[in-house]
Amino acid sequence: MKPMVEIKNVNKKYGENHVVKDMNFTIYDGEFLTMLGPSGCGKTTTLRMIAGFEEPTGGSILVEGESIEEKEPYDRNVNTVFQSYALFPHKTIYDNIAFGLKMKKVKKPEIKERVTEMLSMVQLEGFEKRMPSQLSGGQKQRVAIARALINRPKVLLLDEPLGALDLKLRKQMQIELKRLQKKLGITFVYVTHDQEEALTMSDRIAIMNGGVLEQLGTPDDIYEHPKSKFVADFIGESNVLEAIVASIEDEKLILNTETGKVIGKNADFQKDEVVCISVRPEKIRFSETEVKGFSLAGVVKEHIYVGSFVKSIVVLPNGHEIKINRLAGDSLPPVASVTHLYWDINQITVMHSKEHQNYMLIQNIDLGGYQ
Amino acid sequence: MKAKKRFKGLPKIVTLAPVSIWLLLLIAIPLIYILVISFLGRNSNGSIRYSFALENYQKLINAQYLKIYAQSLLIAFFTTIISILLSYPFAYHMAGGSKTKKVIMMLLVIVPFWTNSLIRLYGWKTILGSEGILNGLLMKTHLIQQPLQLLFTMPAVILGMVYTLIPFMILPLYASVEKLDHSLLEAASDLGAKRYHAFLQITLPLTLPGIFAGSIMVFIPALGYFFVSDLLGGGNNMLIGNLIKNQFNISQNWPLGAALSIVLIAVTILLVKLYTKVGGNIDDLGVA
Repeated sequence: MKPMVEIKNVNKKYGENHVVKDMNFTIYDGEFLTMLGPSGCGKTTTLRMIAGFEEPTGGSILVEGESIEEKEPYDRNVNTVFQSYALFPHKTIYDNIAFGLKMKKVKKPEIKERVTEMLSMVQLEGFEKRMPSQLSGGQKQRVAIARALINRPKVLLLDEPLGALDLKLRKQMQIELKRLQKKLGITFVYVTHDQEEALTMSDRIAIMNGGVLEQLGTPDDIYEHPKSKFVADFIGESNVLEAIVASIEDEKLILNTETGKVIGKNADFQKDEVVCISVRPEKIRFSETEVKGFSLAGVVKEHIYVGSFVKSIVVLPNGHEIKINRLAGDSLPPVASVTHLYWDINQITVMHSKEHQNYMLIQNIDLGGYQ
Repeated sequence: MKAKKRFKGLPKIVTLAPVSIWLLLLIAIPLIYILVISFLGRNSNGSIRYSFALENYQKLINAQYLKIYAQSLLIAFFTTIISILLSYPFAYHMAGGSKTKKVIMMLLVIVPFWTNSLIRLYGWKTILGSEGILNGLLMKTHLIQQPLQLLFTMPAVILGMVYTLIPFMILPLYASVEKLDHSLLEAASDLGAKRYHAFLQITLPLTLPGIFAGSIMVFIPALGYFFVSDLLGGGNNMLIGNLIKNQFNISQNWPLGAALSIVLIAVTILLVKLYTKVGGNIDDLGVA
């Protein structure tokens, strides 16, 4: 795969405020990459640096192997779809879409041909003479996309483009955007805070938090193997348990949590290390008796039927609530009964505890219940 | 937007009464009085003759008056154009500046207002006069041998007008530049527009309402600010405003002065109508 955009040690500071910290990743040609994270995580700033609206304080950004720092936004072969669409309110739809070509002094007949082509691509034939104020949100969005794509950019940057649309339209536009991207083969760099949107559309997702890249991977990879507590929490639902590595037996980790023993899969962990265990609700199983290796038990608080599956909540002795999803029809322990919990060690993730989880260590030592 | 909780203290009639009485007594009644006397005659001793007449309006059309109208319009026109040219860059920088810069620039516009405009215009007199500061300086540096006739010329009147009226251009312009969505300029740049293209294609058209608003706020007073031409124009540069003032003052011909006033009001209304027709928002004028 050919690298299209390379972000190398990029930093961005606004005074004392360090918004993007040592960002490093590569976006490949034809890829749909989503930068995902809560607001203030640096995703939009990174996008704006690729577009040229912001300058990195350090590091460099390469497009097709060429450094673009010296280039003004109008010289870059990337185009942007803005969050608020930023359609020119005083120009017709035709003139909005034709703007980029007019700036490049493309001949009139060609402009006409390409605008018509774009309008049909976004299914807005016959809208040429309308003004942006006469369009609905979804239509404005399509115009914004057409206006950016008419320049045949190498990379299309999309800054939360569906944020202002209602749920139904958003779902529909997600599919359309994905279809469009596949058809055109253009690299899309997409920014969103909506994890579902990211999971549905992207080839790869870059999860950011506090200006740091937490994890970069395919949706499947990120969902199944989150590398940090933040990612596990942010993507989908997850139960996160703190534990200490009691012993290591071949590839098995024997882990002591506050309320019982569990097992996980080893990957360069050390004895007595503090770890985080992330378990998806659908990966936890019930058992009437203790399962070998596990001594995690709790009281069933409730079962909530949500169509095809049942959401259960089990309360551990320390008050911690564990979320469990089982398929409707599975046998479930009755409410208020004691149940044992276990899982397949290949279906959970054990993570090194990062600095922001260190407080747990102190807490655990104080409890003194691990030897 | 969530509506503010309605203030339930006083009934409408009480809260609206003071302003209504004020408007009625000081604006509506005098205006009606002016309208009425513009259709009345004048006795030879200067008192108003209470019989219907159109003679005042007929008198408005004579060669001497037409010259004054033309001169007045010309001065107002140049005042407006010069104000736009000076105000636009100022407003543009003010809107784009930091908070402190905005406050400082705003003060620069407003502070001179704390001094009476007559006093400030007298200041210009001492600068422009034949014995004034400017001529003195030019003479001392031997750039000129004879003092230039600066005062009592049309440019001096225009200078005074621009000086007095420029805040009325800056403020609406500033408001419209400030309102401009910055992402539109980013979009233009993203789509390949260089700075001046973005300015011509996006900024200028979208701030036209501000230019129109400012123009009206400057053009109309420039037709009537008689004291500017009195001070800086001598007797040579009569405005419609001077004409009106003279009818009420020197000639003691109130009906004629009233007729002139009515015409000026009609022109004003016409211009405001034109402004709203090209898409301007009447609220931006700060008048209603």
